[in-house]
Amino acid sequence: MSLDLSERIAKLGFSQKELFVGHKACAGCGGTVAVRLALQTLGPRVFVGVPAGCMSAVAFLYPQMAFGVNAMISTFAGTASLLTGIRAAADAQGLRDVHVVGFSGDGGTADIGIQALSGAVERGDKIIYICYDNEAYMNTGIQSSGATPFGASTTTSPAGSVYHGNQKNKKDMFEIIAAHGIAYAATASIGYPQDYIRKVKKAAETDGTSYIHVLAPCPTGWGCATELTAELARLAVDTGLWPLQEYTAGTYAISKDLSTFKPIEEYLRVQKRYRHLLPEEIEKIVANRDHHWERIRNRLRSTAN
Amino acid sequence: MNKEKEFLSGNEAVAAAVALARPEVIAVYPITPQTTIVEKLAEWVANGKIQTQYLNMESEHSALSAVMGASAMGVRTFTSTSSQGLLYMSECLHYAAGGRFPIVMVNANRAVALPWSIFGDQRDSISQLESGWIQLYAENAQEALDLTLQSFAIAEHPEVMLPVMLNVDGFSLTHTYEPVHVPLAEKVNQFLPPYAPTFRMDLEHPLSLGFSAGPRDNTAFKIKQHRAQLNAEKVLEQVDRKYGEIIGRSYGGAVESYYTEDAERTIVTLGSISGLVRDVVDTLRAAGEKVGLLRLRSLRPFPAARIREALAATSRIGVLEKNVSAGYEGTVATHVRGALQTLQGRQPQVRSFTGGLSGRDISAKDIREIYADLQSDTQSTENEVHWVDPGVIYES
Repeated sequence: MSLDLSERIAKLGFSQKELFVGHKACAGCGGTVAVRLALQTLGPRVFVGVPAGCMSAVAFLYPQMAFGVNAMISTFAGTASLLTGIRAAADAQGLRDVHVVGFSGDGGTADIGIQALSGAVERGDKIIYICYDNEAYMNTGIQSSGATPFGASTTTSPAGSVYHGNQKNKKDMFEIIAAHGIAYAATASIGYPQDYIRKVKKAAETDGTSYIHVLAPCPTGWGCATELTAELARLAVDTGLWPLQEYTAGTYAISKDLSTFKPIEEYLRVQKRYRHLLPEEIEKIVANRDHHWERIRNRLRSTAN
Repeated sequence: MNKEKEFLSGNEAVAAAVALARPEVIAVYPITPQTTIVEKLAEWVANGKIQTQYLNMESEHSALSAVMGASAMGVRTFTSTSSQGLLYMSECLHYAAGGRFPIVMVNANRAVALPWSIFGDQRDSISQLESGWIQLYAENAQEALDLTLQSFAIAEHPEVMLPVMLNVDGFSLTHTYEPVHVPLAEKVNQFLPPYAPTFRMDLEHPLSLGFSAGPRDNTAFKIKQHRAQLNAEKVLEQVDRKYGEIIGRSYGGAVESYYTEDAERTIVTLGSISGLVRDVVDTLRAAGEKVGLLRLRSLRPFPAARIREALAATSRIGVLEKNVSAGYEGTVATHVRGALQTLQGRQPQVRSFTGGLSGRDISAKDIREIYADLQSDTQSTENEVHWVDPGVIYES
């Protein structure tokens, strides 16, 4: 491989033209990286829906608009339903080769927006729904969401003397969406941008609904140094906590198989949200991870046979 | 559909009008008593009688959210709902009005839980008066058809650009069959050409919509929205006149006055009960009583000036509505009272009558009793609600 990074990126069909600039996101924001990369992959013939949340708060404060493409804030619960309507109108207008894409956080996806998302997937609407997962309601000040992992401290699941952070396990949106029989679903991480870009391209080429759940660290909410965003996004994958997977027309695949996991402490110890964890709680996180991978591998084995 | 006269329910009349209006996107979610509108439209889509993107959504919130997305793209849109569904949409109602999306929605008026009831009253729509939507009220199936068509023209008018909620009383209007003139498609096309928006999401000229505006700019947007509502009163009269010229029926705008010129007592009401009130007024007039009817066809914009004008001769007014604002009085009564505050020199008395909740029948006798009440000089407590035939109240 003699190609340098920019050549490799160009090979992916990735535009150098920024379509999301001038926003006022926090330093080290992973969510904005997820949006930028997706838009540069999809190009300008795109209609974007963004619910109330970080991306709308940082990009749509009149008169400063950060999207270089058609974009609209939806209601918090209504990302997918807004996209459904946009796609229907595009179809009615005979618009070809356009993408209708949503960028919603984990709260907007796993909690308040899951009904509309489920409906759109069930109908098979040709939309690309991208959940940028920073594992809590960050825009409102780091409250626990259905996608907050076990043990993480948030302002509504703080690390106290009785309860040590969030007591529930992270809702597995990839499995929930795949169970709909969606045309295409994937998990991704902004720490593996080529993999993410490939998945966005695949979503763009999919006839039917696509769902990409991309891990996007939030230094503000996670309590880590702002320069660690990309590194933590990689570590989440390398420690096995965030498996990169795909579901294409009924078939599951692992995008990045791991024979060994990096030590989980490397990921946890640099984040303030996990600082309170006791050894037995870290063991539970490890056990959950191992169980998750066992299920993933068992499923692949059973479908391979 | 192009036959001149058909025997249609209120909902079928609405469906016929929607088909004639040619919306590109229709988003639906079932709720009684609205459902037969969208069932009829689904049947026509399934049989190729109309071409539209027909979206079966997973909730009313999603239905309105979807038509907002479609409207932002610059196409004509329709949805309909009732009661709990309207309330479930409430967030999107404000959103659609603030976003200036000219969506047309028919609300089949229905009681609001608790207690549960599928039957008609007006508490659902009246509770949403502050949502920013234009709110129109039809009296019968013919007017439901005509107002559905007019609603698109009002909503899409460049000086308005607001969503319209057309209210039709549940069951008494939605499910009652009447002979209805269905206009010819070519006449409707002349009255209502394809929607040509000034602004829409466009690949050549991308827009950011649905944005935030902080303390510096927010009020300016609200002032523009308020002006658009005020413009709508003039526009709905223009649209009504144009409809009359092309289709052959018109209603006179935001209010209908019936014998109000010399009326000493006037019953102000809205919706399907107006027909019966008109009959009672006829009977009383025949007996020499100076009574009139003022029918409100629009609650937003609220036609205050026309109400003042129409009630100039009246000294005592009864406002009959299928609604009550618990702890005060009927909301429409409060509005009428407010409209009369600026009358010079005299202050007619306004009494609030609440009846017909959850489809409870309002009879001709009840309306005669309202008139008798208005004839009585006994001063009612200010803001007291006069309950029309409330039934038995079990004290525990």
